[in-house]
Amino acid sequence: MAELVAVVASTHHPFYYRASTSTGADRPPFADEWVAKIERFRETLTAARPDVLVMVGSDHFHQLWLDNMPQFLVGKAPFFDANWHNEEREFGLPRMTLRGEEELAAHLLRDGLDRDFDLAFSNELRIDHSITCPIITLRPEADLPIVPVYTNIFAPPMPRPQRFVALGQALREMVESWDSDKRVAVIGTGHLSLELGGPRQFGEHGPDPEFDRKAVGWIANGDIEGCLAEVTLDSLHHPGNATHGFMDFMLMMGVAGAGQKADHVDTLDLFHTMEAYFTWYPQGDPR
Amino acid sequence: MSRYLLDKFLFTVDRDPELTERYREDPAGTVTWWEAEMANTLLNSTAAERTTWLAFDDDERRALAEHDHVALFTMGAHPFLTLTLFIAMFERDHGPMEYQRAYARAMDHLSMPYPDIST
Repeated sequence: MAELVAVVASTHHPFYYRASTSTGADRPPFADEWVAKIERFRETLTAARPDVLVMVGSDHFHQLWLDNMPQFLVGKAPFFDANWHNEEREFGLPRMTLRGEEELAAHLLRDGLDRDFDLAFSNELRIDHSITCPIITLRPEADLPIVPVYTNIFAPPMPRPQRFVALGQALREMVESWDSDKRVAVIGTGHLSLELGGPRQFGEHGPDPEFDRKAVGWIANGDIEGCLAEVTLDSLHHPGNATHGFMDFMLMMGVAGAGQKADHVDTLDLFHTMEAYFTWYPQGDPR
Repeated sequence: MSRYLLDKFLFTVDRDPELTERYREDPAGTVTWWEAEMANTLLNSTAAERTTWLAFDDDERRALAEHDHVALFTMGAHPFLTLTLFIAMFERDHGPMEYQRAYARAMDHLSMPYPDIST
């Protein structure tokens, strides 16, 4: 059976690519510290020597739209083109093409449906920065095949936080039941407190540093119970109007497992939002 | 009131560079044209399969025609769509992050709970 060699959860910050590649007067003052943290984070994935990446993210109204909106979707295709016009325009993100791992995608779809997750699928999916940001930060060679898993954290009505955790728990079992000798890493990105298009956006810190502090604690300690006791679809409005992206972190806590402390934890307090990086090694720390 | 149609306007204008420029330069004319020609286009189908019932109300038409991002927010247009399109149109006229911060300041008087954005 396939081996789950790393579980990685991260914020996805579309400004990282430009900040890390800019020079001279264009380079922001926080870029060097940010790059150093990302390089340490990247080493945690490299050390696990994955063959395949399951990439959990959320389409930002690029291909998935309100006339036909899935809650959870698996991309099954030999290739995935990436990044969209408005991401090039606003963030300077490059166009990319990633290989797909169709056998694992087919397995996740079959097994997921049989576990009562009515997963939608796409055979022609152009992925966006929720998946390419972690490729850029964690595997900039972009050389490994992927299986994208999209969640709806964007367009109400959304599944409840419990459902994200349950899908994460199931995703782990599904990966570990894949009849393959491949080494699989599951990487998922979301947000801590975040405001987009509202009065609290682009402040000196994220909109709710207290929520961020608690959230980092829940994730780092695998405290699913504590997290679910406080986080609901309604409560997530308060830390910032885009904070439902935190549910992708909850999904990743499900993949990592209840009570599992992360082997790597790091944060970076930036303007507008706090960055947070976590890695678990289900088979033991290979470093 | 149709939050969905507001979102559809923002979505379709944002993803088309020519339309983004047209909306920046001629907001009222673009809204009139869009409502007549685009509002009832079924996006993943052919031109013949038109929807028959989508239309803006007067407040929605006015908010779009006046580039009034605060009104769009209070109507429950999806804040991500509005922000992304308005950054595309107006960030170029300002220094780094100036526009994003001014955009937020214009909404300082708004408090929780924010308007419902469900469609």
